[in-house]
Amino acid sequence: MPAVTPNARPLSPHLQVYRLAFTTVLSGLHRITGLLLTAGSLVLVAWLAAVAGGPRSYATAGGVFASWPVRILLAGALAVFWYHLFNGIRHLVWDAGFGFDRRSARRSGALVLLLAALAFGATLALTPAWRWLLGAP
Amino acid sequence: MSGHGATRHWRNQRISAIALVPLGIWFLYALFSRPDLSHASVVAWLATPWQAGLMLLFGWCALWHSAQGVQVVVDDYVPGRLHARVRLASRLLHGALALVLAAAIGVIATGGGA
Repeated sequence: MPAVTPNARPLSPHLQVYRLAFTTVLSGLHRITGLLLTAGSLVLVAWLAAVAGGPRSYATAGGVFASWPVRILLAGALAVFWYHLFNGIRHLVWDAGFGFDRRSARRSGALVLLLAALAFGATLALTPAWRWLLGAP
Repeated sequence: MSGHGATRHWRNQRISAIALVPLGIWFLYALFSRPDLSHASVVAWLATPWQAGLMLLFGWCALWHSAQGVQVVVDDYVPGRLHARVRLASRLLHGALALVLAAAIGVIATGGGA
């Protein structure tokens, strides 16, 4: 444990102090999925830089983008994109002052999971995402 | 330290979040509308001013929102002396990424990447 520091900023309580409830898990997921999307945006910038470098730089960088670690990262980012989007809307609704009681928070959380799963399934079914992630770049 | 400008941070995080709902959906739609991800296909997509502009807007909003989100996580969990440094490193990284993104889109949109 870190000692008390001169500027003594309070940290958030460590996660073990909370009893794990459905809404707690969703809240933690929002942060984790956000960080995963941050990693995804890094890949997006690198990808556009490779395009700007011309066909040869794009072909060279293609080896990295087609590597399994990057594929897994992008598959993860795509999978959580819809969760973060729908749960983000849930947060905005809370910020506007609605649905913050326990019962509503549980129900809207379940709705977010349902919508995210449906949207992710639709993305895989209706777009070449699946093919691009598994097959040739 | 993070008490200063907290209201503005809170408000800006909501602004970028709201902007990213349509922009994020547009990005996935436009990306998956490509017949393939060949160099020519991506350049053809971003060579039009509208699409290049939307991509820049999406990328900047995503990086802005990312910087805001990472800062909150850093504020919550990075203690003491390390806190200010990690926070600064995240800001610099996000700023650099925003510059690279703009330069790349500029090159592609003006035909330099073809």
